[in-house]
Amino acid sequence: MNPSLKNTALFSVLGVLILGTGIVQGWNTALLIVNMGLISAIMALGVNLQWGFAGLFNIGVMGFVALGGLATVLISMPPVGEAWAAGGLQVILGLIAGAATIAAAIFAQKRFAGRIRTFVTLGVLIAGFFIYRAVFDAGVDAVEAVNPAATGYLGGLGLPVLLAWPVGGLLAAGAAWIIGKTALGLRSDYLAIATLGIAEIIIAVLKNEDWLARGVKNVIGLPRPVAYEVDLQNDPGFVERAASLGLDPVTASTLYTKIGYGVLFLIVLLILLWLAQKALNSPWGRMMRAIRDNEVAAEAMGKDVTARHLQIFILGSAICGIAGAMMTTLDGQLTPGTYQPLRFTFLVWVMVIVGGSGNNFGAVLGGMLIWWLWVMVEPLGLGLMNILASGLPEGSSLRDTLIDGAAHMRLLTMGLILLLVLRFSPRGLIPER
Amino acid sequence: MDILNALVALANFVIMPGLAYGAQLAIGALGVTLIYGILRFSNFAHGDTMAFGTAMTIIATNMLLAIGITFGPLPTALLALPFGIGMTILLVLGIDWLVYKFYRDQKAKPVILVIVSMGVMFVMNGVVRFIIGVNDIRFADGERFIITARDFKTMTGLNEGLAIKTTQAITVVVAVIVVAILFWFLNKTRTGKSMRAFSDNEDLALLSGINPDWVVKVTWMIVAALATTAGVLYGLDKSFKAFTYFQLLLPIFAAAIVGGLGNPIGAIAGGFVIAFSEVTITYAWKKVLVYLMPESLEPDGLVQLLSTDYKFAVSFAILIIVLLFKPTGLFKGQSV
Repeated sequence: MNPSLKNTALFSVLGVLILGTGIVQGWNTALLIVNMGLISAIMALGVNLQWGFAGLFNIGVMGFVALGGLATVLISMPPVGEAWAAGGLQVILGLIAGAATIAAAIFAQKRFAGRIRTFVTLGVLIAGFFIYRAVFDAGVDAVEAVNPAATGYLGGLGLPVLLAWPVGGLLAAGAAWIIGKTALGLRSDYLAIATLGIAEIIIAVLKNEDWLARGVKNVIGLPRPVAYEVDLQNDPGFVERAASLGLDPVTASTLYTKIGYGVLFLIVLLILLWLAQKALNSPWGRMMRAIRDNEVAAEAMGKDVTARHLQIFILGSAICGIAGAMMTTLDGQLTPGTYQPLRFTFLVWVMVIVGGSGNNFGAVLGGMLIWWLWVMVEPLGLGLMNILASGLPEGSSLRDTLIDGAAHMRLLTMGLILLLVLRFSPRGLIPER
Repeated sequence: MDILNALVALANFVIMPGLAYGAQLAIGALGVTLIYGILRFSNFAHGDTMAFGTAMTIIATNMLLAIGITFGPLPTALLALPFGIGMTILLVLGIDWLVYKFYRDQKAKPVILVIVSMGVMFVMNGVVRFIIGVNDIRFADGERFIITARDFKTMTGLNEGLAIKTTQAITVVVAVIVVAILFWFLNKTRTGKSMRAFSDNEDLALLSGINPDWVVKVTWMIVAALATTAGVLYGLDKSFKAFTYFQLLLPIFAAAIVGGLGNPIGAIAGGFVIAFSEVTITYAWKKVLVYLMPESLEPDGLVQLLSTDYKFAVSFAILIIVLLFKPTGLFKGQSV
């Protein structure tokens, strides 16, 4: 079978699976899966850029996704004027003091030598830390005291929410630049641990810095890029059109908004996919793969390996940031407590490996397919467990264990799929050409 | 100035918890470092191996308690520990045979093995949740304290109490025993010596007739024993929760890397470095400082450098600093 026929067949299978879900479980569920699947595909595209093109082992995807979510809050929520008046400026000053301390420490590192260097650096860091805490804490207390039940944070800029998507990418890119500057020189598994740690820290910051995005109190009711269902249901024109299609207004409005999101996500995915394909087939893409396959040889040819790694690390992370902003927009809320590495980092890795690392279409297919499976494993697993347990008497402990266990089938299935693909088809469903 | 009270407060809130946590991390990091030294990859499934061993031990503990066997003042889980270790050994040997052996024979790149261990991590995570659920489980029984804070106060007449939890003392004692046995094994026995030879130079070890399959098997057995012990000690001291064990991966890796990956002494040192930095940086120092400072200078706030939620940030920051200034770790580790 020639490759393009095989790829068409694989994407058709995906389509059939989604259509089947739509027929069995309703179109609402199917569209929900498609929307998150599109976002997952974008995340997979980002990771594929880093791992598939350049062989960078980034397992901090969760952190960049969360930064994208933060961008949504910072861009789209209205500013809280009272909080800004109470301590906004002081918080900013505190942050500047913190940044200045780090800059001064780096400067001291470069300027001095020997034992003096250690003393000066330590002195700058300790003094800077206390100044930073003194300025910053007072500001934070003032901001968080402003109506803590409803706001208690600085709010955002009140700009259109779609603007948050590129900004999410920029925010993630900025973080990636800092991380890349310090950690990219390390060997592959050190980089892995470093990125894993950074992601945890980003989540810890989101959870604790209430002045920024309300921490675990969550920011809810983010503005939406598509119409609200309630407004549609009250719009006589829409109700009429829905009726002419034979749909009741409630169903029609939920489907309408979901399709609206889907179209927006699809546009972003297609743009990024087109860019990634262009990059892959350009001289730049070939250079990346050359570096991945043999760093020493590429360096000998005069390629700046570290700079190229930094470049692609930033690009891939930015794509994850965009996906994160899109996901938070779809959810309509930022809930730092729900970010878990298994779901947001390692699952994306399963998507990339299963889809085929080094192939953009593979990443997209893997993203959507694995997301479908992630959602469907629970109902499928419950069905399976019910069949297994049907022979057992009602109320027996084994029966209960089996049926409760269905909830944990997800992780098991994902792990098994990853292991099976790595073993029997290590290049993935759509291998790199 | 009241140095004695300050010292007791320090011992109670910083030194004892730090020692116990450090010992737990050290035993965990020893497992990671041994895998790295012999099998040459970073095992991401280590946290879940710990969780599996602990889950097995909890089940055995419950069975022992059900037939009325306890360990007197000590936690019953210590009696159940050998069962947990045995089950974990079976599991990791099975996984090695089913999964890792294939890639070893292929001489796959280390990074592929890391991704494979991610898959194993998923599977084990699912298995543990399947067996024991996702809830917080406390399984420490027996005496809770060796010395309670109140006894200490009446005994010494100081304002501050020093409580020593049984689990803390057990952790430290068990850790000393485990480390002593491990080092005796690595340095004195034939198998231990061949393991070290294998770790230093694989080709040379193979040339001198060391059986690689045996070395790998023994390594997995030791790692399973270490992981289960670390997991049970951590669970006794705090509590067992599948997700927490997964998160322990970060401080454990930080400890192993800070000490120098592949170096057992480094793993122990790294464990204590990470534990004490986490505890000291997230501890509210006010309680100690009030005894040391003149009254007029007493601090207003809690004098907590960072909130406890940032403890990951601490282990991570140390990791980065060590990697930037001493890339092979405090004790010379391997670099591949």
